Amino acid sequence: MAKKNPIGTFTKELPQNIFAGFVVSLIALPLGLGLAIASDAPPLSGIIAAVAGGIIMAIFGGSNVTIAGPGNGLVIVLLSAITTLGEGNLYEGYLLTLAAIILSGGLLFLFGVLRLGAISEFFPASALQGMLAAIGIGILAKQFHVMLGLTSIPGGTIEQLLRIPDSLLLFLGIHPFAGVLGVASLLFLFLYSRIRNPYFHLIPAPMWVVIGSIGIGYYYTLILNKSLPIAPELLINIPNHLFSNLPHPNFDKLLDVNFIGIVFSITLITVIESLLSIKAVDKLDPKKRRSNVNKDLRALGLASVVSGFLGGLNVVTVIARSSVNTNNGGTNRSANFFHAVFLVLFVVFLGDQIQRIPLTALAAILVFTGYKLSSPGALLRIYKIGPEQAFIFLITLLTTLFTSLIVGIAAGILFTFIIHLILRKSFFLFSLNIFKPNVLMYLEKQSGNYYVSVKNFSTFLNFFRLKNKLDQIPESEHVIVDFSLCDFVDHTVMEGLYDYNLSFKRKSGIFEIIGLDIHASESQHPFAVRKSLPINALIGLQKTLSNRQKNLEKLAEKLKWTYEPKIESDPEGIENFLFFESKTVNYSVNSLWNHQFNLFDLSFSEGAFITKEDLKATFLLFKSPKNLPVFVLDKEDFKTTLYQWAGFDDINFKKHPDFSKRFHLSGNDRKAIIKFFHSELIYFFESHPVFHIESNGSHLLIKGKDRLSSLQEIKIMLAFAKDLLTLLEHSEYRVI
Amino acid sequence: MIFQPFKTLLFGFAFSPSLRENVYEATRLAQYFNAALIFVHVGQKTPIKQVEFQRLLDECSPNQDQIQIYWKEGDPITTLARASKEFDVDLLLLGALKRENVVKYYLGSIARKLTRKAPCSVLLMLNPSVDWSPCKHIVVNGFDSPQTQETVEAAFYIGKYLASDKITLVGEVSESRVTVSVNDDRSLRKVTLRKEKIDREEKMRFIDIIKKIPDTITEGLKYETQSIFGRRGYSIGHYARVVRADLLVMNAKEEQRFFHRFFPSDLDHMLTEIPTDLLIIRSKTYG
Repeated sequence: MAKKNPIGTFTKELPQNIFAGFVVSLIALPLGLGLAIASDAPPLSGIIAAVAGGIIMAIFGGSNVTIAGPGNGLVIVLLSAITTLGEGNLYEGYLLTLAAIILSGGLLFLFGVLRLGAISEFFPASALQGMLAAIGIGILAKQFHVMLGLTSIPGGTIEQLLRIPDSLLLFLGIHPFAGVLGVASLLFLFLYSRIRNPYFHLIPAPMWVVIGSIGIGYYYTLILNKSLPIAPELLINIPNHLFSNLPHPNFDKLLDVNFIGIVFSITLITVIESLLSIKAVDKLDPKKRRSNVNKDLRALGLASVVSGFLGGLNVVTVIARSSVNTNNGGTNRSANFFHAVFLVLFVVFLGDQIQRIPLTALAAILVFTGYKLSSPGALLRIYKIGPEQAFIFLITLLTTLFTSLIVGIAAGILFTFIIHLILRKSFFLFSLNIFKPNVLMYLEKQSGNYYVSVKNFSTFLNFFRLKNKLDQIPESEHVIVDFSLCDFVDHTVMEGLYDYNLSFKRKSGIFEIIGLDIHASESQHPFAVRKSLPINALIGLQKTLSNRQKNLEKLAEKLKWTYEPKIESDPEGIENFLFFESKTVNYSVNSLWNHQFNLFDLSFSEGAFITKEDLKATFLLFKSPKNLPVFVLDKEDFKTTLYQWAGFDDINFKKHPDFSKRFHLSGNDRKAIIKFFHSELIYFFESHPVFHIESNGSHLLIKGKDRLSSLQEIKIMLAFAKDLLTLLEHSEYRVI
Repeated sequence: MIFQPFKTLLFGFAFSPSLRENVYEATRLAQYFNAALIFVHVGQKTPIKQVEFQRLLDECSPNQDQIQIYWKEGDPITTLARASKEFDVDLLLLGALKRENVVKYYLGSIARKLTRKAPCSVLLMLNPSVDWSPCKHIVVNGFDSPQTQETVEAAFYIGKYLASDKITLVGEVSESRVTVSVNDDRSLRKVTLRKEKIDREEKMRFIDIIKKIPDTITEGLKYETQSIFGRRGYSIGHYARVVRADLLVMNAKEEQRFFHRFFPSDLDHMLTEIPTDLLIIRSKTYG
């Protein structure tokens, strides 16, 4: 592959990145102002954060197409910081919060240096969703009143929510114009996606709201020559001398417990929101690059420190603005930089216009954001995964609303763990194994596949171990994740694996999960919690299909075969093979068959009582067109002493030294076997993948690996069997 | 060859449900290695026990020239450790317990402590059975340690005597050896290349180890090498379980640095969750 000239590519792509940066700045301007106002901070503090983030992340960042700026998730924390730290004096609270932002930036930088990005993996997915929903509701509850023109509604989130009907009745009497403008803006935001005009969509919806409301203002003042029908306290106020009177962060409360708590809250939410965004944006990257998360955290920390000293909010990687960036052709970090440049230009040259933006319009944007964060659809989606996930979601949501973010997420973690205990009914599985490495990864020599085996349990508590291994596999490879030694897999892991599946698909790798087929789950959803059950409980109880089973179903459709996922406790036709002589067959599952072939997963045991060992493998059984001698053909290095004991020994062919060396062939009727294995057949085996093959006289049994075969391996197995069958049909061998 | 074949085996026993299987297994092993076998009972000696044990022994071993039985009293751990020293034992045999409800093997605390205190190599038998079950696949650690040579030699020696099909030398490559950590695409490429290089180096090291073993022993034995990436001492047990090995051969605990006292070592991991029959080779040369 010819090396691309990075500077050449950069220059070539510069115009499109400038454009993308411009479009992003259009949405960043209203969001920056709005998020700052929602936090009770000066409006420009949001813009300062976006500018600091854009410039510093472009230089030091580790991701490519993300945009940094003030974040939605922080609104609640910053708001409570400013109100509680200031003890009533908002400006004083703002100065103290700036100090907290600077310290949190330092902490964030440290996180990046110590590579602690992984801590965000310790949060259960449903609890995180619940927390985000709570943030959304918090924003919505407060901003809904502002949208109606009522800026001073006291009380906590719940109280504010309960006051919404009152405000709806009241607002027309207080600020009718501004209130109607706010409601109209909200309606517009909801309807925006319905308007399918590409030119119209060039400008993001929030910017339309801003432009529209400024336009209406100008219509009143310039054309109707009236005064602006919006009260001055409902307009944005920007100080005249932007750079001469920078705020001075106040570090007086350094040792205050509340202050320290706020520093940690800010850092935690920043890490969570940023990492979620980076992960999501990586899937939108047109060049399919992987972000350097820890480098990004360092840069975010640095940006927050700078932003804090300049009077800005803290800097977070944000998903909405980043996706606007990729949608508009952003390909590298320069787009982030240009978005900052355009924001500076806006503030410097359009300061007067910005001061005409009504707060109610901005509040409408925030209400919309809050609604999106907490949309009831999220709860429904989670309920479909499993009722217990909805429970975790609600617990986290309510605890966050009634207490604080930190307590809320802690409750979410605790309840998730308790629910795992209840589902698994065993404390020991978790307590005995939590600190042990539970993931093994190696490169399978024969196939060149990466094989990852997970044992004991796999939940949010130890997902980082699995992730650590999976991250070391290039996404263009073939990886098989085996859960057959694993008793319990939770929703967080299932969802995380699905993410991996997507990123492997994007880079044309293959990501397969095996060993989950006999795990029971509560719902049809692919992300549902899965636990392994004793066999008796399993028969007839299994309701939902795993991904592998679904793929098998699809394969059956494609081949016009029949697929039956049900557990068959007494599989037929396999008893008289040598392979099962020393083994007990437990059950077969996942049968895939047509009139000739029958493919199935089989659970069998070696030994009995205390030495019993349960095993699983995939088999393919088919009837031979002709009678066969009884034989066992296997790879030479797996030759089993057992067969030698049964009186069989290796049958070698002088004419085919290579075959004799590679394969172990045994059977009672030497003559018949030698006759049966004519040159053509030997060539066939030499030139095809090696399987364990047995004949019982009438049927042939092909065995895959010593574990369940992945879908790819099954396909290879089927092709092999078909070729073999064709060859047998045309061969001249006859049993005399 | 550094490894000295096992000349004296010792089996400490008490009357437990699996005694019969264990005695069968022990006598069979002694026969295979052509070694002397010492049974040591810890606990009160009663005529009934004596008769019962003798009957059991007669049942499984017609030739008892090389077999001795001692009846001792005292703390099992110190008694057996002392006996091992006294009789200059090469290999101590211990039976592990399998807990049915957890479907995993756990060692009794006595066996676990003995494993640490024994002055000789230790074999933990997980699946003792009256009938001989073949030891088809042996997995042996190939750690980069001076003890490894002897351990690998022992694995080949056993493979030879028990007619195994395959020996797999497993090199555990710890993350610290890769030195680069995966952050993005570029570092991932670096890591992948570096791992391939380590894999090659490991293979060379394994070949050197095997070269030093006399042909008479390696002859006819198939061996493979496999590098796995993970925490040392733990992943190899997981690997043995995944490939369904019949015997895992490991180095005894290496020199204890002060720091390590506070953290479980390789063997401690292994002993809490034994994947297969486990043979721990205590090097005579390296203590």
